[in-house]
Amino acid sequence: MLLTDSIANFGRFCSFLGRVFAWPDKFSISFKRVINEISKLGVDSIPLVIIISVFMGAVCTIQMQLNVTSPLMPAYSVGLATRDIVLLEFSNSILCLILAGKVGSSIVSEIGTMRVTEQIDALEIMGVNSANYLVMPKIVGFVMFMPVLDIICMGTSFVGGYLVTVFTDLIPSSRYIYGLQAMFQEWYVWYGLIKSVVFAFIIVSVSSFYGYFVKGGALQVGKASTNGVVVSSIFILLFDVILTKLLLQ
Amino acid sequence: MIEVKNLVKSFDDKTVLHDVSAKFETGKTNLIIGQSGSGKTVMLKCLVGLLRPDSGEILFDGRNTLDFSHEQMKELRKEIGMLFQGSALFDSETVLDNVMFPLVMFTDMSRSEMLDRAMFCLERVNLRGAEKKYPSEISGGMQKRVAIARAIALNPKYLFCDEPNSGLDPKTSILIDELLSDITHEYNITTVINTHDMNSVLGIGENIIFINKGYREWVGDMSQIYTTGNEALNDFVFATRLFSELREYVASHGHIDKK
Ligand SMILES: Nc1ncnc2c1ncn2[C@@H]1O[C@H](COP(=O)(O)OP(=O)(O)OP(=O)(O)O)[C@@H](O)[C@H]1O
Ligand SMILES: [Mg+2]
Repeated sequence: MLLTDSIANFGRFCSFLGRVFAWPDKFSISFKRVINEISKLGVDSIPLVIIISVFMGAVCTIQMQLNVTSPLMPAYSVGLATRDIVLLEFSNSILCLILAGKVGSSIVSEIGTMRVTEQIDALEIMGVNSANYLVMPKIVGFVMFMPVLDIICMGTSFVGGYLVTVFTDLIPSSRYIYGLQAMFQEWYVWYGLIKSVVFAFIIVSVSSFYGYFVKGGALQVGKASTNGVVVSSIFILLFDVILTKLLLQ
Repeated sequence: MIEVKNLVKSFDDKTVLHDVSAKFETGKTNLIIGQSGSGKTVMLKCLVGLLRPDSGEILFDGRNTLDFSHEQMKELRKEIGMLFQGSALFDSETVLDNVMFPLVMFTDMSRSEMLDRAMFCLERVNLRGAEKKYPSEISGGMQKRVAIARAIALNPKYLFCDEPNSGLDPKTSILIDELLSDITHEYNITTVINTHDMNSVLGIGENIIFINKGYREWVGDMSQIYTTGNEALNDFVFATRLFSELREYVASHGHIDKK
């Protein structure tokens, strides 16, 4: 039962994506909407990204210092470990899990409300491909902007860690900065960016899907919003495993 | 003219429309009336192609839309205007942008031409001055009028209205009815209106199709509606207290004939 439901849903999801990525009715309008979505979904998320990154960077640094107690380990290993955690997991998986809550729920409720108030039917009646008109700009906009959020997240996390070294005497700041640069692997940055782009696609497409097929009223929009966030989070974690296996081994 | 032949539509195992046939004439206000839950909205949604009937034919000026390809349907929809039960205005856009939306999507007009056309439509529904407002900032009656303006922006050949005056006071209802009737005659549109409001039926019912529990029970115009022998229709017509008291009064005073 669960299995057949999932397969049916997956089929619907694929045909939904087929409609989303049809050729737009009018290119200039879709372009404007992409810009609009970059601002709404991407730029408006920057403050949240900065706040959580500063704190997470700071916490990582403190944790590393507490755990790296052996006198044989050099002090700069704190900076090194913080850097790798941020590049490998925090700036993509954890960040996207948090963004799934913010961006995902706003997408489900926006599209779901349009569905239950017949605005999507109104688009269809006019002959507009509503899936393409509403969803494609969100996917393109957010996926394009995700690397920017990712890089902002990396940068501010390192600043968070640095602030810890300045305001406490856990390790000297210079050692921390040396650690950030030591044994740097450029591939880790690319790996993080690739993952975050995939996750961005998951967040927007899954939550749009949940919003687009809401039936009922405001209550169902709320439920769909929860489901959308939960399901996109699960898929983010699933693809985290798959991509890590593919890209790092 | 739109012609419907032997339309059947069911959801799961519940049949909502049983073999409904009807004609909707050009240049007239065609009313579908019936109780809540009788299948009016389902019928309208089948007509415009939002729902696919199980069997039957829907002929728009002789063309069967159920055989249409995706592209043909898209072309047809540019000739269709629709007013939804809840207005369905885009709430992230201003009144003006709502009315301009079909123009922006489907015409190559310049910005100033679009503006002219949109302002003309807004004027037609007596809404000049509200164009900068958002749908949430105007009253329900005004929302309906904006929705009408949006529906007529592209000069449709067919206009569909689902309960255009539900939730409005009687006076505003009459204004909306008159507006729809005027537009229909002025531009020779095939207008189909769903309603369960007897006021509209008596005001603008040029061609009335009565649906009861999914069956087409009666067809006629507003002058024939009192004298029908159809029991279900009589129940529907005289369901309001005013009407039934009037009928009793007339009966007890011996003036059976209507005039
Ligand atoms: N999508 C759907 N799935 C299942 N049943 C439906 C669906 N849409 C409508 N129905 C059923 O069809 C019947 C007719 O509904 P419809 O909305 O056409 O009524 P209506 O005549 O428009 O009523 P109202 O005047 O209250 O709007 C109802 O019993 C309803 O439960
Ligand atoms: Mg209805």
